[in-house]
Formats: sequence, C-alpha cells, structure tokens
Amino acid sequence: MSGTMKELSNSACIVGVDESDEIGILPNKSQLALHLEAITNAVRDAGLKVKDVDGIFTAGQHSPSLLGEALGITTRYVDGTTVGGCSFIMMVGHAVAALHHGLCDVAVVSHGESGRSGVGVTRSRDTSLSGQFEIPYGFAGAPTYFGMITTRHMHEHGTTLEQWAQVAVSTRKWAALNPKARNREPISVADVLGSRPVCYPFNLLNICLVTDAGGAVVLTRADRAKDCAKKPVYVRGAGEATEHVMVTQMRDLTHSEATRMSGEKAFGMAGVDRKDFNHIMLYDAFTSGPPIMLESLGFAKRGEGVHFFEEGRSTPGGSLPINTNGGGLSYTHTGMYGIFPIIESTRQLRGECGARQVPNCNLSLVNGMGGMLSAAGTLVLANQR
Amino acid sequence: MSPAELERPLPQPITPEAKPYWDGLREQKLMLPKCQDCGHCFFYPRVVCPHCHSRRIGWIQSSGRGRLFSFEISYQPLNKAFKVKPPYVLAMVELEEGPRLLSNLVGIAADPKLIRCDMPVEVVYEKLNDEFTVPLFKPAGAAGAGGGR
Repeated sequence: MSGTMKELSNSACIVGVDESDEIGILPNKSQLALHLEAITNAVRDAGLKVKDVDGIFTAGQHSPSLLGEALGITTRYVDGTTVGGCSFIMMVGHAVAALHHGLCDVAVVSHGESGRSGVGVTRSRDTSLSGQFEIPYGFAGAPTYFGMITTRHMHEHGTTLEQWAQVAVSTRKWAALNPKARNREPISVADVLGSRPVCYPFNLLNICLVTDAGGAVVLTRADRAKDCAKKPVYVRGAGEATEHVMVTQMRDLTHSEATRMSGEKAFGMAGVDRKDFNHIMLYDAFTSGPPIMLESLGFAKRGEGVHFFEEGRSTPGGSLPINTNGGGLSYTHTGMYGIFPIIESTRQLRGECGARQVPNCNLSLVNGMGGMLSAAGTLVLANQR
Repeated sequence: MSPAELERPLPQPITPEAKPYWDGLREQKLMLPKCQDCGHCFFYPRVVCPHCHSRRIGWIQSSGRGRLFSFEISYQPLNKAFKVKPPYVLAMVELEEGPRLLSNLVGIAADPKLIRCDMPVEVVYEKLNDEFTVPLFKPAGAAGAGGGR
C-alpha cells in the first residue's frame, strides 16, 4: 500500500511506559514536574538511563527542547507536533521513522498536563478565529463543540442518549478493575441519564474527567529493544491525518475523515485486518467519541458503533475489550489524553494488567483524536513480530 | 451599552480579512466570502479559496436563510464573559449558500424536544455596540426579532 511506512513495520518497539508518580488532582505539582516524573519512570521501566535518551517528542505548552534542558540532556532529534490529544499517538509513528533513519537511538514521547489544577501553566489565548466566530455565542470548552457532532449523529443515524450512556457504563466496569482509575464505583444507564445536565446532549457522566497527570513512552529500534528490561512491544503500524480545527469546517459532521485515513494507513503498514484485534483503546473525551471512531475506522457501519458497548462486547469478559484502563471517562483525562491509551495497550500486551488483564492479548489498536475528531493518530501494537 | 452591560464577549481580535463581514453586520447584512474564480462560497473569511486556492476572493450578501444543522443546549455558563442566562441554544447553521457557522438559536424555548436538526431558520441581528452586531438565528417565520431568548 502506498503512503504507509510498510517497510518500517516492527522496526521499532515500545520498551518503557509509565505515568507520573501520582495522577489525579495534584495542586502541589507543576506541569513540568509531571513531565519529568513520567519520563524518569518510563526510562526506568525500560531499564535505560535518562542519559540514553537522545530524541524528545512532546505536545502542548512545553517544547521538547525545554524538556531536554530540564533533564540536562542534549537532544539529537525533537518533535513538537501539537494537533490535540492524539499528538502523542502520532509521535510514536514519527519516532519509528526517526529511529529507522538513525536520527535518534532512544526516543521519549512525553506528556505532562496540570489540566485540573493549572500549576505552572501559562494561559495562552485562543486564535482570532474562535474569538471572532465562536466565543461571542457562548461556545467555550470541548463539550460545546463535540456536542454538535453528537446531536447530528443522533439525527442522521437514530442513536440515542441511552446508547451513549452505555459507553460510560462499559468504561466504568473497566475502571473498577484499575487501582489507578479515579472513579471506580459502578454506574448504570440511569445514573448517566440522571447526572447533571451540562450541555445537551451531554450530562456530566458523558464527559471525561479533568485531571493532572503525566505519562511517557520510550521507544528504540527492535535490535536494541531485546536488551531492555521488559518484553518489547512492536509498533507494527502507525497512521495519522488531520482534517480541520473548527467544527464548522468538518466536511461530514458524523464521520471523521481524518480517523478513516489514519486507520487505513496504520492497518496497511501493519498488514492486519480489523478482525485481528483483541484489544482496543479509543480516545474517550465524550461517550459518543468511541462509537463514532469505530464507525470511521471501519469496525462498524454508521450508526452501529454503539452496538459494541450495548451488547457487552467492550466490557470485561467481552469479545473485544475497549478502554480497559477506564478511559478518559473514569481513569484520568488531563486535556491531551493520548499518551495514556498507548501506556495501557503496552501493559496489556505485556500481560501486566492484573484484574483487568485481557486474556491472550497480542494485537492492540490505539486510536486517538485531536480536537473535535479534527486530527487522528492510530497505532497497531503487538507483543511479537 | 458600556462593556460592563454586554451579555456577550465582543468578537476579537478582528482580522483584516474578516473586516467586510463585520462591516456588513453593522448594516444588518450577512456577508459571505465567495471565490471569484470557482464560485465557492465559504466561511470563515480567509485570503485563499479552500476549494480552488484562488486568491481572488469577493463578497456576496447571504439570504440569511438556512437550516439548523446541529445544536446543543447549554445549561451552565462555560465562559464568565458570556452572560446570557442559561439554558440557551448553541447552534450550527448551514446557510442556503452552503457555509456553516456557529451562532445561537433564539425565539424558541431551549428544550431539546422542541428543536430539530434541519429545521429552517433565518437570521436576526443583535447589536452589541456601535461597532459590533452579531448574527443570531430564529425558526423561519417565527415572530420576534433579535435578542429573544
């Protein structure tokens, strides 16, 4: 398939992953501290030293060069792609290419965000476009944009508030099995429908958490990965695409073209089909996100992505577990969530997940969005070549 | 009105390429950029046509009619500077000329049982001050002018 990095499939591995020392509500930790905790923890998980790192990839307010400076290392390769929460997922693909070409030998993809407490955060103003064409009408924050996609999906495809609620219920079942998840008590569809209305069609339990956390992923070439501390996780496929930023510019409001393209690239590079996966991580800032991603990725017909959740396929014991860390809905969501699904897929493929471990997990899909399904990054990860 | 009394944040910062849009609204005209080469009508204003990439951009006056492409109902203020009392309707309108824009639906109760995607809507104007007027939308044919909640 043209347009993919097929010859780079399995050429690099994820060898280290971890969160910051704590995740949740952390008013005593700066955003930079969250980055540095996550990086040092992930490098230790890999059995490497921070001084081995020579490529830094990060999105958000802090540049990769700042992270290098703070760590006291001179980096040979940096990437600061910032296109929303999926940027970290895209960067795994970028790191594969950089490692392949010898531009760096040990790549770290890092995220740190004091999204709840705002410690060490600079408030950057939005663009003139939002200031002119969105803010005067009361638009503010992701729910006021993602709701447009969701309401239109209900109109075109007949999806219901009850069906979106099933996504929250399924995800919470996984959170109950993850000691690091913030919200672990079981919820029902009625609980979701009865939670505080925020912005129709979303009640509070349709919307992700807002937390403080860091996360990091360490990659190196496959030949070097076997010398690391843990079983390598191969990057078999990677894809990315961007379509728009402003939700008015999304061509088809109920289908993400960026997600479709990103998935096609990743599946093509990996040489796998959708039926091959036994574990899926989808960026869940809102309950409607994962079903629409499943549709855009070709796992379900339009309007039928919700079936994975309401039929129990996505839940513990189900045939295709989805968002096994408890997701942005119940585990943690800092603002740019994309590093965390990579960490969870890696842990599942290593078999480290205890009560929530997916049996025989050997091929995992990570798919994330940036903005309002505006950008997409997709990974196909495997625990063997 | 003084800024302290404004219910809405003023649009800012205004970009030069959007000036004809804001100038038109002051005269209660909804102006849209239109490519003079391929005829594509688009929004937001920009210096290149997103369809054919021509730099020859002109302006037309919209009919002000369209359909409610999608909507939300905000039950809580999410921006301190926006002082319209909730609940209010956040609207995505698709104009007859093709472009979509964000606005508010007014002149109807903020009740999801009453509001339907694709319902016909038409523009009403709300003057914020001598410099800025914003386009809001109401159900087509409904009574009431701008400012209805």
